[in-house]
Order: sequence, then C-alpha cells, then structure tokens
Amino acid sequence: MGEPTTQTLLKSAVGGERSSLARLLSKIERDPKVETEIRTSLAGGQATSLVVGVTGPPGAGKSTLISALLSHTTASYEKTAVLAVDPSSPFSGGALLADRVRMQSHGLGDRVFIRSMASRGESGGLARATSTAIQLLEACGWPLILLETLGIGQVELEVMDLATVVTVVLNPGWGDTFQANKAGLTEAGDVFVINKADKDGAQQTRVDLQDSLSLIHSPVPIRIFDTIAVKQDGVESLWQGIKDYLNEAQAVGLIEQKLLSRNRRLLMRILQRDFDDRISAYWRSDHGGNQVLRTLAGDLTIEALREDLFAHMAKLD
Amino acid sequence: MQKRILMAKTGLDGHWRGPTIVARALRDAGFEVIMIGMANTDDIVTSAVDEDVDLVGLNIGGHIDVAIRSIENVQAARPGLPIFAGGTIPPHAAKQLEALGVEVYPPGSQLIDIVDAAERLTGIK
Repeated sequence: MGEPTTQTLLKSAVGGERSSLARLLSKIERDPKVETEIRTSLAGGQATSLVVGVTGPPGAGKSTLISALLSHTTASYEKTAVLAVDPSSPFSGGALLADRVRMQSHGLGDRVFIRSMASRGESGGLARATSTAIQLLEACGWPLILLETLGIGQVELEVMDLATVVTVVLNPGWGDTFQANKAGLTEAGDVFVINKADKDGAQQTRVDLQDSLSLIHSPVPIRIFDTIAVKQDGVESLWQGIKDYLNEAQAVGLIEQKLLSRNRRLLMRILQRDFDDRISAYWRSDHGGNQVLRTLAGDLTIEALREDLFAHMAKLD
Repeated sequence: MQKRILMAKTGLDGHWRGPTIVARALRDAGFEVIMIGMANTDDIVTSAVDEDVDLVGLNIGGHIDVAIRSIENVQAARPGLPIFAGGTIPPHAAKQLEALGVEVYPPGSQLIDIVDAAERLTGIK
C-alpha cells in the first residue's frame, strides 16, 4: 500500500476530506516540488476566499482574538479556516507552535479548520508555504481564512500581500506618537485593535494611533477597536468593523484590486521560487562554484558573473 | 524532514511544568511541537487529523478512562499513528496504556530518553 499521489489527495481534499487536506498541507511544506504541482493544478482558479490577516507583536493576543472571533465569523460564513504561523528556531529548526492553546473548545466542530505552521526560516512573518496553503484552502471550499502571522516587529509584513483585510493588534503602552508614526506596521493595517484594553494607557495608545492614521490617505476609513479578547469584550464590534471595512472596500472596488494583486503575487512567487532554485543549482554546480571563486578572487567581475549565471540558468534543470 | 508532534493534556489537571519542559526539549531537538494544552477527546482527535502530526504526546492527568477514550479515538481516526504518554500515571494505568500500544514515560524519565523515543517513533532514527 503506497502513499496516495498528490493528485489523488488533491481530488479527495477538494471533495471535502479533511485528512487529505491536512496531508497535502504537510506535503507542500516539506516538498517544493509538491508545492509547485499544487500551484500548477490550481492555477487559473478564481481567488474568492476572504483572507483576514491578523498581525502584531508577540503576546498582543492575536490567537486569543482569533479564537474569540470564531463564534462571530461562523455566524456570517458557514465555515472558517485558521492558518496560524509561529517561529522556527534558527538554531535547532524546531518550533513550539502554541497558537492552538488559545483556540481550543470553540465547540464549532467541522465548521472550523485550524492549522499551525512553522515559519521555517522565512522572514516575512509567514511561512514559505503559506500562500499555497491559502490557495489550497480556497480550492477546498473554505470561504473565510483567518491568517495569523507570527509575532512581528515593524517590517515583517508579507501578510499584506495575501490578506483581503489586515488587522493589526496592539496593546496599551505599545509606544508613543513616534512609534505610531514610524514606517511599517502602522501603514499596513486596514483595521486596528487595541487588545487588553483594560490595561493602563489604552486611551493614550488610541490617541497616538489616531493621530498617525489620520495622515494616511485610505479610500476606506481606518477604524480602531478596543477589545479584551479573553472576555469577548469588543470582539463582536470588531467583527462588525471588519465586515464594514470589507463592504466599503467592495463598494470602491478595492477588494477586486486586492484579489487581483494576491493572484499576481502568487504567480510571481512561483517564478521567484524557480529562480531561487536555479540560482542555488548554479551555485552548487562545478562550473558555477568555480565562477563564484573566480569572482571572489577578483578574476571575474560581478557583472560577468551575473551574465554567466543568466546564461546558465536557462540550461539547468 | 521536519516531524510534527501534537502535545496535549488530558483531563482537567492544571500542572503545566511537565508537558512544557518536554515540548521545549522536543523543540530543541528540531521537532515542530503543536501544543494544544488542556484538551477534550474531540479536540485531541481533530488536532491530530488537521495538523497531520507524526506523533501524539499526551500528558495524562485525572481519570485514566478519559485518556483511554482519547487514545482509542485517535487510533480510530489515524490508524498507526504512534502515541506516547507521560504524567503521574499509576502502574496499573500504565499497563492499560501499554496494552493499547502507547509508550509510557512516568515521572523520573530522562528528557534524552523522551527525545530518543520521539525520534524512533517518528522514524528519524
């Protein structure tokens, strides 16, 4: 009895078999060839699922907030999938994926699918296979995907490329007006959440954020919500706010634009991945390795190395 | 190849030290450990399937019958998936678990032995 083929699994997963979907997600994480095969098989499909990105610093309450949102999202949509990314160790390669600790006992059974992903060396706040995982969930009929990034700093904002709406979760005392005006995180959000809003400094954080956000020219107003996710406080309003954002964004054509940009990005990733693989193959080959050494020794210019690389890339396979 | 291990606590026992230390040792050994904390049988089964793990680690607290039900349901949903267990497990309960094919690591077990077991059960070694 051999392992079922990728195509067999894909057919079964698209037909609604969870264990096949789960197995495929592991396969695309482990094997870039399978990932490419899945992407190729699903290419040309319509991007129809809404992806709600949830990002923010470590410990801000992203997982707890997602857990609290589930009862509301499943009132609006039949089913909700969650992709939760946590960091891999740069030392051991291992990871402690503990987002699910906050997401237990939602009591929603088969209507919720949660998958933990380790970042495996990626630096954008997501994992290498996240974009393909989204495509796959979409093909398997999950209309809403909550995408939780690992705890980010200021610039790990790959979630912007994939999400239909980006929710940034912060806490009271997170920073002052200068933090709020720094580039990166506060430019990335469509909806902002001040979670743990019962802590000191919530009002000041709101004022600092408001000041900064008021200078952004967004076709849809950027709203700020206070929540205490562990108590469900403010979570219903937040979900309403996300839906309002989506409706307003739809009305001005922004959703269409974002879905197109997600597809463009996915396509570019496929090519980038191939490109990277080919550069690596050149680097490891006898010829390429030799050219690299010659460049380091000053016998070959970087421009000449680049030309040689491009010439050889087409031939590699 | 990165192997994935589900770590769960059965029953309502609130002692976190054991599973946390074990999860940390497994992380440091290069495993991806999916921690779900205190979980009921349905949560454990759903997580074992949806996370497509290669091994399940149960920290057993409270009544052994609850743990046995979780184990039987995981085995029904994912035939052949290895399971190992730790926690304060009395000898008669350990025998019941072993009869189900579960390896038992009682208090006093060395982390290195637990990591070894994880590597063996996931086929790394």
